Amino acid sequence: MTYHLEEDLHCVEVVELVTDYLEDALPDDVRTRVEMHLVICRGCELYLGQTRGTIDAVSALGVDGGDPEGMQGLLEAFRGWRRREEEDA
Amino acid sequence: MLSAAAAAAPDEQQRPRDSEDARLVAALRRGDEAAFAALVRKHQSLMLRVARGYVRDQRLAEEVVQETWLALLEGIDRFEGRASLKTWLFRVLVKRAITRGTRERRQVPFSSLVGDDDESGPTVDADRFLGGDHPRWPGHWAAEPSNWEALPEQRLLSRETMRLVQEAIERLPARQRDVIVMRDIGGFGAEEVCAALDLSDGNQRVLLHRARAKVREELERHLA
Repeated sequence: MTYHLEEDLHCVEVVELVTDYLEDALPDDVRTRVEMHLVICRGCELYLGQTRGTIDAVSALGVDGGDPEGMQGLLEAFRGWRRREEEDA
Repeated sequence: MLSAAAAAAPDEQQRPRDSEDARLVAALRRGDEAAFAALVRKHQSLMLRVARGYVRDQRLAEEVVQETWLALLEGIDRFEGRASLKTWLFRVLVKRAITRGTRERRQVPFSSLVGDDDESGPTVDADRFLGGDHPRWPGHWAAEPSNWEALPEQRLLSRETMRLVQEAIERLPARQRDVIVMRDIGGFGAEEVCAALDLSDGNQRVLLHRARAKVREELERHLA
């Protein structure tokens, strides 16, 4: 990836940097350039917003209520294991 | 006013996760069922989700997960705590799920079999941008992406959208799927995912990037 160091980053480059940007994994100078670009580029600001929206939608899949599936079977397996340990001791 | 954290021994303050693990391991060794149940409640759901990505049905996923828990219990006396419990669990889980999935020869979408590490190239369609030779706005958006913040919240988090996101994730190549599931659903830190999946930091970020970009694209199509 070649960055256009003498001028503003292009949007086509910025979209490939969003993850590293959100992860705080960009070198300082590149991070600054991304931030400068975001200030003046509504398109990329919107793209970043969509990326954040995607992360929110994905995390929402994780919201589970109640005891997880297979709980009873696992507790029985646990008791079986514990019994075997006590027998071996 | 002393908080509970401040009142703890200095060691515990510096490595809270390690001492929590140590407590859990000790409890499991004692046969403490409540500790086991708490650990299961914490991780079971995500473990099932990850396993399900490799095997053909929910029942098989439950078996793989159960085997993993049993492997933890059987090996608990030898558990040294070099990796965290969580990392250990998911490392073992993924390996078992891959083995089981291969053995069962589940019908996987072709994309899951393709080496996702070899994926390269832009994650956004090149024709969304003006050419590099454009006189005024080289490499700029040809048309702005839509503003999702302007959508009613129920739209982005509707049942329909959730189903779409779920399906988009299922269609991802295996490692992209695992990374996005662990990071964005499981809340794992980057280091934990790298340890669980044997990835370099850079690798992990590339996989996360590609996974999120694909899901974003499908969401965008759906929300348009």
